[in-house]
Amino acid sequence: MTGEIGLLSLSLALALALVQSLAGLAGARGNGARAAAVASGAAMGLLVFVGLAFASLIFGFVTSDFSILDVAQNSHTAKPLLYKITGAWGNHEGSMVLWVFVLSLYSGFIAFAQRGGTRLTSAALGVQGLLAAAFLLFILLTSNPFVRLDPPPFEGAGLNPLLQDPGLAFHPPVLYAGYVGLSAAFAYAAAGLVTGEADARWARAARPFMLIAWIALTLGITGGSWWAYYTLGWGGFWFWDPVENASLMPWLVATALLHSALATERTGAFRTWTLLLAILGFSLSLVGTFLVRSGVLTSVHAFANDPERGFFILMMLIAAIGGALVLFAWRAPKLESGSAFHPVSREMALLLNNLLLVSAAATVFVGTLYPLALDALTGKKISVGPPYFAITFAPIFIALLLLVPFGPRLAWRRGDLKSAVRSLAPAFGAALIAAVTALAIAVPRNVAGAGAFGLAAWLIASSIVDAVRRNRERAFGWTAAASAFAHAGLGVTLMGLAGTLVWKSEASDVLAPGQTMPIAGYELRLRDVADVNGPNYFAKRAEIDVWRGGRRIATLAPEKRSYPAEGQAVGKTAIRTTGFSDLYVALGDERERGRWVVRAYVNPLAPFIWLGGGIMALGGLASLLGRLGIRFKKSVAYAAAE
Amino acid sequence: MTRLLAIGLFAIFAFQVAAVAAPEKLSNPALEARAVALQKQFRCLVCQGESLDESNAPLAADLRRLIRERIAAGDTDDDVRRYLVARYGQFILMKPPVEGATYLLWFAPLLAVIIGAGLVTAVAYRARRRLLEEPAEPQT
Repeated sequence: MTGEIGLLSLSLALALALVQSLAGLAGARGNGARAAAVASGAAMGLLVFVGLAFASLIFGFVTSDFSILDVAQNSHTAKPLLYKITGAWGNHEGSMVLWVFVLSLYSGFIAFAQRGGTRLTSAALGVQGLLAAAFLLFILLTSNPFVRLDPPPFEGAGLNPLLQDPGLAFHPPVLYAGYVGLSAAFAYAAAGLVTGEADARWARAARPFMLIAWIALTLGITGGSWWAYYTLGWGGFWFWDPVENASLMPWLVATALLHSALATERTGAFRTWTLLLAILGFSLSLVGTFLVRSGVLTSVHAFANDPERGFFILMMLIAAIGGALVLFAWRAPKLESGSAFHPVSREMALLLNNLLLVSAAATVFVGTLYPLALDALTGKKISVGPPYFAITFAPIFIALLLLVPFGPRLAWRRGDLKSAVRSLAPAFGAALIAAVTALAIAVPRNVAGAGAFGLAAWLIASSIVDAVRRNRERAFGWTAAASAFAHAGLGVTLMGLAGTLVWKSEASDVLAPGQTMPIAGYELRLRDVADVNGPNYFAKRAEIDVWRGGRRIATLAPEKRSYPAEGQAVGKTAIRTTGFSDLYVALGDERERGRWVVRAYVNPLAPFIWLGGGIMALGGLASLLGRLGIRFKKSVAYAAAE
Repeated sequence: MTRLLAIGLFAIFAFQVAAVAAPEKLSNPALEARAVALQKQFRCLVCQGESLDESNAPLAADLRRLIRERIAAGDTDDDVRRYLVARYGQFILMKPPVEGATYLLWFAPLLAVIIGAGLVTAVAYRARRRLLEEPAEPQT
């Protein structure tokens, strides 16, 4: 029964999405207030019915209703409840329902908030309705999650064990909140083009959606990277894997968008460029969806692939991106208002920020798609791995990080470079001290690593300097806090990257119980390897004592788990962290006579990588609270100064 | 003297045989370091974006062993690279070579920055002219 409720809900949702799109676009006209009201109502209805479909699917998974094919293929009675729930979106069909659910949440938010006035809201809802209709059609035609199976099997096939992890359980919803959140920015951009109201007010109306999307993308990428780190068993946290790149590209463009929109919000400057970035950001989200869902890639994210689905998504991609770009080419020239500013100004800093961020995004784009294009055109197969990005992406990003501190210190229209440099002198001093200290203390001596530390200190110290200065000028509010947190977070992440990439130690050996292995001042002693059983897996668990300076300081228990239902084995690493350094141990294969491969890493400052991501997200949150009109402490006095 | 040399050669030979017999880890630290450095430059052929160094796949373990075999047999790093490329194609290289088919790949980022810088310069130039053409800024 639940399956039928779900399917019916999806069909009704499709009808409502069509109503929403037609009424929304009709409501964008000057006298379309009634149509606009219909669009808002349809958006709320869409949310209800997609929510109902999503709930039905989760209900099917929780109750292990194996008469639903999707449940039978992706669940198992012995799975813990959490993974039964999250298993609902740990497969292609369910993940598409999640996608549309998140989309309808944003539609509901747009309809509820009515930001930027009736016409703009209505047009945005119209565009969102089109997107929802396309994706619902995609689900109903190619990816129906409620297909029945007769007779139902006695037991389900289980969920990929790599996905049975608390961290990964919430990774897809967060990342989708980011991807799909950009659809709201996209919808507002299209709405601005349709109505011709793409001015400062437009930018203020659209900013919360951009911010929510950006925060979610930041957290999603950070969380995914942390998951890779503790799961995959060799201490890596970023692979430049196409699926990761698919999330990095929208993040880079969304970051550029947030900065460009700052200028648009203030005076309407760069408005066409801001619109284009909003379109680009969501286009890259769609490209990411296409890459992951179409079968051109295979990875843990790709679930079951199907060329027919890929074709459908490709068509949607072309329609959405092509349509938006045509709209842009047609309407944008009428919007252009030349802005006036000096080459030394906040505007110029934002332009340089955008130049470097978009170039970085282009680099990731080329690096990700070049092998696919080359293979399709010439049949030649190449790999584009981390060395490529180290040579191309890193210099662009380092240039960006060097320039970041100047932006907040320059005034709009006409800045004063001398006073900016003077105010940043303490930050420059801190950077020098950090670099020299790293050069003197860290072993082995590494100039690049010391430089990275200097750069990190430059970012963090300049954020503090900026916050202190603005506080003195009585201009410290949400906006200033946002930039200070976001930029300092970059520095924190950079410290983690430098520590882990440059000063990591690794060791691996084949150990029998009682044998030891040294790593970076620690002595690891394999005590024993025992059998342990989980709810739906069997595991070998090693007990490894960690000795330091003749004292046992910890016991780590890495595991190797086999999931019989899924017929797969995954490792479970053990990490001892001090907050400043991780001791990371993974259990490998068993060799002859009870000897085990043990791999260990010491990753200095590794936790900073993800801590920095969290701090950046806090920056986004500060900006969001400001835009939603939440009062900052004593903000009445500050508001005028901002 | 010849005898000493013979024993020495034999010892080296024996060491190499031992290394080939148990090639998971070479006992000579210098050679092992070379092997570890090398295995980071090749990708695991059956994984998504992982290098041989990082992968748990059996094929990656075989290739790690193969690299050690070649090193123990006296190959230079370039020899190993050529050997693996001959067997598995350029796909195995994490860093694609700079050549005809990849010029666009390698130079696209630079191109993006240059074109972007040109656009930014044009925008900034016009913005400055507008600023100068404006009536004098009111004092704030």
